[in-house]
Amino acid sequence: MIGTRTDQRSGAAAAAPDERGRSVEPARLLTGAQIALESLIREGVDTIFGYPGGANLWLYRYLPEYPELHHILVRHEQGGAHAADGYARSKRGSVGVVFATSGPGALNLVTGLATAYMDSVPVVAITGQVPTSAIGTDSFQESDVIGSTMSVVKHSYLITRAEDIAPTIKEAFHVARTGRPGPVLIDFPKDLQAAVTAFNYPDAPVRRRSYPAPPQPDAAKLRRIAHLIEGAKRPVILAGRGVLIAGAEQELIELSHRAHIPVGWTLLGTGAFPVTDPMALQMVGFMGAGYTNKAVCDADVLIMIGMRCDDRVTTRLDSFAPRVEHLVHIDIDPAEIGKNVVPHVSVVADAKVALRELNLLVEPKREHEWLTQIDQWKEEHPVRYTNHTGLLQPQEVLEEMYARCEDEAIVLADVGQNQIWAALWFNYRKPGLFLNSGGTGTMGYAFPASMGVKLANPHKTVFCVTGEGGFVMNMQEMATMVENNIDVNVIILNNSSLGMVRQFQDDFYGGVRSAVDLTYTPDFIKLGEAFGMKAMSTDRREDVGRLLDEAMAHKGPVLLNFDIDPGANVYPIVPLGMGMLDFVEAS
Amino acid sequence: MSQSRLLSVLVDNKPGVLQRVASMIRRRGFNIDSLSVGPTDDDTVSRMTITVHVGRQQAEQATKQLAKLIDVITIDDITGLRNVAHELVLLRMHAPPGERTELLNLVDIFRGRVVDVAASSVIVEVTGSPEKIDNFIELMRPYGIKELARSGVVALVRGDQARIRLIDFVVDGEDESAAPRPTDAAGDTTGTV
Repeated sequence: MIGTRTDQRSGAAAAAPDERGRSVEPARLLTGAQIALESLIREGVDTIFGYPGGANLWLYRYLPEYPELHHILVRHEQGGAHAADGYARSKRGSVGVVFATSGPGALNLVTGLATAYMDSVPVVAITGQVPTSAIGTDSFQESDVIGSTMSVVKHSYLITRAEDIAPTIKEAFHVARTGRPGPVLIDFPKDLQAAVTAFNYPDAPVRRRSYPAPPQPDAAKLRRIAHLIEGAKRPVILAGRGVLIAGAEQELIELSHRAHIPVGWTLLGTGAFPVTDPMALQMVGFMGAGYTNKAVCDADVLIMIGMRCDDRVTTRLDSFAPRVEHLVHIDIDPAEIGKNVVPHVSVVADAKVALRELNLLVEPKREHEWLTQIDQWKEEHPVRYTNHTGLLQPQEVLEEMYARCEDEAIVLADVGQNQIWAALWFNYRKPGLFLNSGGTGTMGYAFPASMGVKLANPHKTVFCVTGEGGFVMNMQEMATMVENNIDVNVIILNNSSLGMVRQFQDDFYGGVRSAVDLTYTPDFIKLGEAFGMKAMSTDRREDVGRLLDEAMAHKGPVLLNFDIDPGANVYPIVPLGMGMLDFVEAS
Repeated sequence: MSQSRLLSVLVDNKPGVLQRVASMIRRRGFNIDSLSVGPTDDDTVSRMTITVHVGRQQAEQATKQLAKLIDVITIDDITGLRNVAHELVLLRMHAPPGERTELLNLVDIFRGRVVDVAASSVIVEVTGSPEKIDNFIELMRPYGIKELARSGVVALVRGDQARIRLIDFVVDGEDESAAPRPTDAAGDTTGTV
């Protein structure tokens, strides 16, 4: 007999104490579905984003028996994957969880998993699979989920025996959250969800010889780096998302302040260093601040921490840091060392551990000339915008937003112009306040992800900055948001076009505008209201503040459409194929 | 300059490992010349011997990416070490009864053997280095190869010491590939895997 959860628990209460007087819970007979849900609770899960279907119905059959697992019914599995990503990204130490059924349900997760993978976000996806006896027979809603997701997950498991369920889930969470974090997929055949077996959650920490803990930083190399810093005339630090994942912001500030090293960051590293700090540069690279690019290109010692050096950072590879004499790279993933840029000194370690130990070795110093030079570049190349048309500029909206929340709001950006504007026009002074799909560049990410962010941070104001293009890619989640009264302020910077693509076409593709006109978009007020969202819209600068006040005062999701200057561009920008110093600024 | 790198990889003997390895190598744009996989003395471990055709920096990247796979236990780039790297070839040769002697003499010279005899053909087996196998096949061609199967390379390093250990990457001297940096000094891409 398979008991309900309640009677299983009462059975456990009658258990005899062991020899040390502790009451021992005898192994309970549970279905695979129950074991999975119990295991999630053991891993500290409180929120699941999911969508039911034929192959995961046993999970949903038992889900109501676990009220501590708050299930959010998303309206599309991609939305669920992004929401789980947003949840994990915005709550340090947590793992986002998403459920999907077999076949199409699972395949709809692919973009969300890829997004989490590129940005090293711990997510566990549990997908229903057809019964083990039907695998390989092209049965209804069967697909090779393991094969289809292999290149976008850190690891994946196909459960083949009921007794493997609990250990697999334990290992999956361990793999997702340790080392360089990432998404892990568990494919869970339907028959095993129903199979009854004894439930014992493994107590012992997960140990796999093929998955060792990250190494401790090499002390000799840290000494060498300290020595390089001592001798540096023009030092620069670049910080990536690895600093945020490791929680190494304080250590980074300490290093920068101790040796007076200017700090720039990657798009995903935004927030790793306070924007308003005197040592702060800004974002680096393709759309980074001109003064950051100048500092990197003039640096003699460049220290890169927790970053991948992708093409958006380096622009044309041979233009990246040409005067550097000593390039230092610290990352937890050995495969990132030397992948794109070969360093002179590398340290494979967690950023927090490495920086803590490095700080013990670094002597206070200050290169006055270099800092004066940096200040001069900051004056010469401020991040700025111009308004030639008198129309509402996106930066004006962001400035009004910032004025109302400063360090108290989490801002998600979608992908495109809105992403870069949101990265540059908020003074992120604390970590974790700016989230975006920096690696995969997934349009449609921000809106569903913002649900996860708000649920993980119920007391924080959450802004989802998006465009009219990206928003409609996952706008079905308005239903989820309204149903669960998830209090997100959705800011649509509406320029009636695929703005970034339009800007590229104008500047780099001979001015031929092709397939970028989004004049035909829905009436966002009617659309929002159809879903039960409070919805407002304006194109007038003088209304922006009032609408923001109203949105922030409203308890519940709000859709705010701002019709901005359709010609507004992202500046600075390095023209495609050009080098770091070829950035074009707002004129 | 690209060359063949010989990688000896110990992996957990789990379903899907071969696909993970092959998929990673394909995704990162490396070319596999040869891949063989089989059990070891430990039934939870399989050994893959992979020959990839890459530049040195690429080889290092391939090795690190392989090491990142959760199922990969250790990986050892044994290129250029004193090793035994052998493969096996089976050839079905056109060999009517009257024309066999010369062919069998050659098989003998290569220390091969006949493993099947039929009315007008034989199957011969030769083991050895890939170069030896290549040479043997060339010699056999004029006699009429009806069918051919090669196993791919399996390899072990010579000597008493088993090389089941974690390895460090130490790049010394100039990198031969088009590494952008360092141009004038040795790069340090050390990473324990």
